[in-house]
Amino acid sequence: MNKTNAETKTNKAYSRGRVSEAKVHYWGLAWLLATAGATFGPELLWGYGTLITSIGIAIQLALGFGMICAFKGVLLAMDELQRLIQLEALSLALGVGVVVGVSYELLEDVKLITFEPEISHLIMLMSLTYVFGLFLGNRRYR
Amino acid sequence: MKNRLKVLRAERDWTQAKLAEELDVSRQTINAIETGKFDPSLPLAFKAARLFDMLIEDIFQDKVDS
Repeated sequence: MNKTNAETKTNKAYSRGRVSEAKVHYWGLAWLLATAGATFGPELLWGYGTLITSIGIAIQLALGFGMICAFKGVLLAMDELQRLIQLEALSLALGVGVVVGVSYELLEDVKLITFEPEISHLIMLMSLTYVFGLFLGNRRYR
Repeated sequence: MKNRLKVLRAERDWTQAKLAEELDVSRQTINAIETGKFDPSLPLAFKAARLFDMLIEDIFQDKVDS
């Protein structure tokens, strides 16, 4: 009987975490769509109209902040070990992003690369580093 | 830091999932504490002490004490 109650409560806690994660996914998807709209809209949809472009960027920015708040909700729903794993992964991603980003920019400044560094390259690097950090953390504490 | 969580859990015939639910943490956290990979915060240690009706130092011991 006790075991059944425990499993039920654990499932509830698990569900709380899943709900928070689902919110981040929805906010992230909305932000991604708004970013795509703000990027391609001026050229393909509304011909670089200043007002509508500004509104598009404002919406994209607002959704971005919504995504940040939703991610904070995910962190608050986690226990202390899960938060530690997140902290280590996020600090690794931030550190790698800053260090490699500065070097990457420097390469262009001193003409060792011919193309211009893009912010998207940095975002991809930080995202991959974050996922790698999560993998390492979960492996270490499993 | 050493701890007696695994012993105390076994005495009550509790699974890691059951203890995790009682302490409102994940099963991964219980496993990491039991294997010494992760030291719990003071609030979590107090919670464990209340759950087992023991003193914190009866559950968690500094390694230099042994």
